[in-house]
Amino acid sequence: MIALGVLMFMVIVSLCAPIYAHHFAHDDPFNSNLQGRIKIGGKFRSVMQANPSGLGVVPIAPTWSFSHYFLGADELGRDVFARLLYGGRVSLLIGFSSAVICVFVAAVMGMVAGYFGGVVDWLMSRLFDIIWAFPIYLLAISLSVILLTSGLNLGVIHISAGSLLLPILIIASVYVPYVARPIRGIVFSLKEREFIQAAIASGASDWHILRKEILPNVAPSVIVFFPLMVAFSLLTESALSFLSIGVQPPQASWGTIIQDGLQLLYTRPWVAIAPGLCIVVTAGALNILGDGARDAFDPKAKLRGSI
Amino acid sequence: MFRYIIRRLISAVLVMFAISVMVFLIFFATPGVNPAARIAGRSASPEVLRHVSIEFGLDKPLPIRYLIMMYHLFIKQDLTSYVNIGDKIIPQIIAAAPITLSLVFGAAVIWLIVGILGGVVAASNRGKFIDPLIMFIGIATISIPAYWLGEMVNLITQDKLHASLFPWLPNGGYVAITSNPWQWALHLLFPWLTLAALYSGIYARVLRGELINAMNEDYIRTARAKGLSERRILYRHALRCSLITIVSLFGLDFGALIGGAALLTEVVFGLQGVGWLTYQGLTNLDLPLIMGCVMYGAFFVVLASAVVDILYAYLDPRVRIAT
Repeated sequence: MIALGVLMFMVIVSLCAPIYAHHFAHDDPFNSNLQGRIKIGGKFRSVMQANPSGLGVVPIAPTWSFSHYFLGADELGRDVFARLLYGGRVSLLIGFSSAVICVFVAAVMGMVAGYFGGVVDWLMSRLFDIIWAFPIYLLAISLSVILLTSGLNLGVIHISAGSLLLPILIIASVYVPYVARPIRGIVFSLKEREFIQAAIASGASDWHILRKEILPNVAPSVIVFFPLMVAFSLLTESALSFLSIGVQPPQASWGTIIQDGLQLLYTRPWVAIAPGLCIVVTAGALNILGDGARDAFDPKAKLRGSI
Repeated sequence: MFRYIIRRLISAVLVMFAISVMVFLIFFATPGVNPAARIAGRSASPEVLRHVSIEFGLDKPLPIRYLIMMYHLFIKQDLTSYVNIGDKIIPQIIAAAPITLSLVFGAAVIWLIVGILGGVVAASNRGKFIDPLIMFIGIATISIPAYWLGEMVNLITQDKLHASLFPWLPNGGYVAITSNPWQWALHLLFPWLTLAALYSGIYARVLRGELINAMNEDYIRTARAKGLSERRILYRHALRCSLITIVSLFGLDFGALIGGAALLTEVVFGLQGVGWLTYQGLTNLDLPLIMGCVMYGAFFVVLASAVVDILYAYLDPRVRIAT
């Protein structure tokens, strides 16, 4: 319950990003603000300040006041707190939508493979085997770097290189076998059960059996997998963004902000600390939620990489 | 056993073939732009483009192109970078491999020890304060991004506390084990701990679950009936059987680690291993470098998981027949 609350809090706060940016911070979190000056306690201070050690400038430190630069600024003088909120929207959007796509596609493929068996099953299982054997980050890295150089052009589908759809689709597709395989296993063993045999014997169509008999029995596992998949997608997205092949500027996600913070780690550590904390809290809440869902719905459900 | 090893190795070779085809298709057959332009980088001259299409036989049919790519990667090993012109890629990967291996093996030793200890402590103290604590740590650690944890470790050990608490710690980098084993361990200490922290929690959780299941089995009841002490039952009977699950999980995670968390950890700690090389390739879009790292990395993972499976079959004879 606490986990659900934490999750709702992160979602709502992230949705409020534009409100904060427009009504409190009065700045644009996506454009550099190197010349900017802000008023703190009646005095004007520059966003980029002279480096105490002599050379160069450092961004302003956290002001801890909600009106300006709560968490300070990054290298380009942008408000880290506002970026954190906007980044949260992108991270959560990618996390949820790739999990939705992944779980949906995997459930359909797993059900079809498990129910029909034969050639379909053989083909899908081999495909899953190959993707499964491919180290997941290496696969995601290869796909991302290729698609980021040229975008995706598949017949009528054109996705430009900077689009958020690319990381969503890439993350969803690399995780499909991890969900589809257990679902296929469940359907495979369901098929031997009497109630399915009875439905087949009474002449029900395949579509009817899949929808009315199989789906309700697969649903608990799907419900268990979903929050875990959101957590996986969120973590994968942040890792890809950290490696600069996930979310592309001017968009920001928690991963890209951590990367911005890498150069500032010893001068302005909050730039890196804050988004990391957000990821840990959100992914932790999702994992606890998944754990609770498993205890409640389906104690036997197992997803590789989770427990 | 011999037949199992042969079978497992054949399937490893088949998987490697499938992976190499996938890498080939991703790098050379993704619809979009001309693959030559992609390989040669963003600001390539027409001569370079022509050179690339001759080098990779881009005018030839797909199967031939696949063979040419494999030839450059594994037989002649003369894949060259077009960003840092003239850099041979394969020797770089081979030179970087010991660093990655040191990182991964050291971390694996720590995480297995800590994970097994944690699992045993949690299972034998079921219901007391320490059990839910270990369970909570288990779920918290799988939610932490590896690279961020590494940064936080750097922040603690290299920043303000470096002068007072960690003056003995080197400022990142790597020393080969052959030149100075002590410095080698010292340089890798925190990267090891970072990686191990991510995994030992899950292992403790899994082992606890397995131990608690095992304690309900018949053979444990027999052991109890014989009058053995609870401690002896836990260590000599339940733990031995539960470790089988840990070994098989280890095979999966060890592979995932090389392509995933180890890569990120190398980047954060400045360890110039294969992951760091991949990162360099990503930052300046050096596709031949990325292709080489991905292929060699994936092949290593497939081999490592085959070795773990063979070990597993050695530990648990049932596996040899079942698969």
